Amino acid sequence: MDLSQVKEGQSCTIDRVGGSGSFRRRVLEMGILKGSVVHVEKYAPLKDPLELIVKGYHVSLRVAEAARITVKEVT
Amino acid sequence: MSARPLTIALAGNPNSGKTTIFNTITGTRQKVGNWPGVTVEKKEGRVEKFGRSLTIIDLPGTYSLTPFSIEEIVARDYILEQRPDVVIDIIDASNLERSLYLATQLRELDCKIVFALNMIDLARSRGVKIDGDKLSSLLDVPVVFTVGNRREGIDALLKCAIALADADSPPEARRRVKYSQDIEASLRVLQEMIDPSLAARLGYNARWTAVKLIEDDQVIKAHLQARAGEASQPLLEAAQQQRRQLYERYNDEPEIITTDERYGYISGIIKEVYTTSTQERVDISRHIDRLLTNRFLGLPIFFLFIWAMFQATFSLGAYPMDWIESAVGAVSSILDHLLPAGMVKALLLDGIVAGVGSVIVFLPNILILFFCIALFEDTGYMSRAAFLMDKVMHLIGLHGKSFIPMLMGFGCNVPAIMATRTLESRKDRILTILITPFMSCSAKLPVYIVLAGTFFGARAGTVIFAIYLAGILLAILFGRLFRDALLKGEDAPFVMELPPYRIPMLKSLLIHMWDRSKMFLRKMGGVILAGSIVIWVLSTFPRQYDTSASFAAQRESLTARYATEITAAADADRGVLQVERDQQMRQLARQQEEARMADTYLGRLGRWIAPVFAPIGIDWRGGVALLTGFVAKEVVVSTMGVLYAVGDDQGSEALQEALRASGMQPISALSMMVFVLLYLPCVATTATIRRETGSVRWMLFSITYTTAVAWLAALLVYQSGRLLALAA
Repeated sequence: MDLSQVKEGQSCTIDRVGGSGSFRRRVLEMGILKGSVVHVEKYAPLKDPLELIVKGYHVSLRVAEAARITVKEVT
Repeated sequence: MSARPLTIALAGNPNSGKTTIFNTITGTRQKVGNWPGVTVEKKEGRVEKFGRSLTIIDLPGTYSLTPFSIEEIVARDYILEQRPDVVIDIIDASNLERSLYLATQLRELDCKIVFALNMIDLARSRGVKIDGDKLSSLLDVPVVFTVGNRREGIDALLKCAIALADADSPPEARRRVKYSQDIEASLRVLQEMIDPSLAARLGYNARWTAVKLIEDDQVIKAHLQARAGEASQPLLEAAQQQRRQLYERYNDEPEIITTDERYGYISGIIKEVYTTSTQERVDISRHIDRLLTNRFLGLPIFFLFIWAMFQATFSLGAYPMDWIESAVGAVSSILDHLLPAGMVKALLLDGIVAGVGSVIVFLPNILILFFCIALFEDTGYMSRAAFLMDKVMHLIGLHGKSFIPMLMGFGCNVPAIMATRTLESRKDRILTILITPFMSCSAKLPVYIVLAGTFFGARAGTVIFAIYLAGILLAILFGRLFRDALLKGEDAPFVMELPPYRIPMLKSLLIHMWDRSKMFLRKMGGVILAGSIVIWVLSTFPRQYDTSASFAAQRESLTARYATEITAAADADRGVLQVERDQQMRQLARQQEEARMADTYLGRLGRWIAPVFAPIGIDWRGGVALLTGFVAKEVVVSTMGVLYAVGDDQGSEALQEALRASGMQPISALSMMVFVLLYLPCVATTATIRRETGSVRWMLFSITYTTAVAWLAALLVYQSGRLLALAA
């Protein structure tokens, strides 16, 4: 399952960050890395991007970017 | 103890309160400029504190020091090359874990560093407890708690920084990130190859260089080759070899592994120093966001804010604009009385005062706009705006934040293009700057009103709306085109922090506003001044004394004729005759002005380029009017007034009469409106483009492509209009 499939209000654990180059590095540097627990706070009114809470702060990602992140343990 | 002056650099994440601390330390004694070669703001301030003179450098806010963005390269290079005496890393105490990522990277640079755990009050109110002593001993870094906007801890921070700067040598970083065995082994291999002579030539610490080589850091590799030449070859090859081994071992790029391990190291520290009392903290920010980025209300509220900003900038700004205009008028009439008639006076009045005046009138707009933008940024709303609009803007290949500059374009392109500074990626910035001029600015409206009012009567409103719409559609079209053809490559990742809402400090807002406005005044003033003088020269020279003599003769004979008629006429008729005489005199003055204009360089240029305007149905007078529009788009109307011999003292009705009488067709008017919508931006905008892109080439490109598009679009309109007329 990937992060873009997680519904609003659900939490999950990051399994693997895919994608390439600067995107991947940037996502990891922001603390979205394997083992991090993220909470999907909401989707923007036009359904893209989405807002996450990770390591106690809020960050947004585009849906297409979230689709490159595999997650597990969705609750 | 030495009393040498010290340089202190402030580093930190965006939204860590770094700018607030900078403002608190330096007050208004700031110098704002750009970092050499890039359009990243550089702020510098000097203060005398504790008997020391301190230079404070505000580094760009970054999350990391990997060279992916200009800001990160600028920050890292400054620390590596300029070697500030101390680096203060400003850390948002509520956001310790992520902030420590940058902190560990700074630590690896082996510079003298102090941590400022900022906004500790907010963190505490959220139930966060941080063991400062433990953090200090774990990372071997002095830690100071601060509350930037209340000046708390700032003196302690500076004292601590000064003491550290005076300490003998940089303490060899005992506490730095320990990587896993395989990576440490690779690092050792590379470190051993960096012998003292190579290290001296590099100027960087050997371990750090090894880490960067393992991470395949392009900037450091290039630096290595530049400094060490051939001698760097074995090291680079060894680095590649180690990277291959690590890749096989981990089945992933080594730079991903190091990032992962740094966070692993950080989470170990967090476990020891950081506790939160409640998992689900009371988070006011989150509640505000439930409303402001709400599924149904988010967008309407956003448009309301934008509308309010627009109103403030252009309606509220209109009052001081009027005052400035009257002040400029007063100055010019005083000069008019004081100076003897002649070249100097004409240059001063029509060239310099008019030119400078045309810049200064924008000041209220600029000030208000930048105040609003500072308010959006300092409260944290700007990133919500980007969050809300990203989907729409992404269709054009742009970032959500591009929406605000583009919208501002409808008011005035100058502040709009300056507002692109809020965009982080240079590509997004340039793309936005290129298409923003298609947003029809308010100065173009008078031109539409005159032309559409004259030729389209009751349908004028619809026609003007269609023109605006055409601008938007072309902006979208060219946005996509440029993204695909010119500014190719992957979109910058939209990994954007949504910082907690904060109550802004008025002082910060004002400093923010004034810094940017000052830059506008200083830099734009020069270019616009020069531009206005050039246009003035072109529209003044060569002076035609013979025609002015012949007009003077005509005037005399007219006066003489009316003088005899008036004396001869009955008392009742005298008034009528006087009015008639005055009308004739005005007519004559206009004819003289037209004749004069026709013969100036500008007039000659107009007739010389007339063949260019002919296919789009615009005569030489229209052509000249469009040329003078380069100074400011409103000028198109006043030049038309002069050339179609109405004089600009009259209302627009007289011009409408004259335009109709000149034989201009509705289709020509439409073509001219399309041309005005699209063609080259005004002098002020052009200068802003030059400044904000940092390149003359982008400026020239912008001028050329907009004008080419304008001509082609006008051609399409005019020729297809004629074909339709023929068919019908």
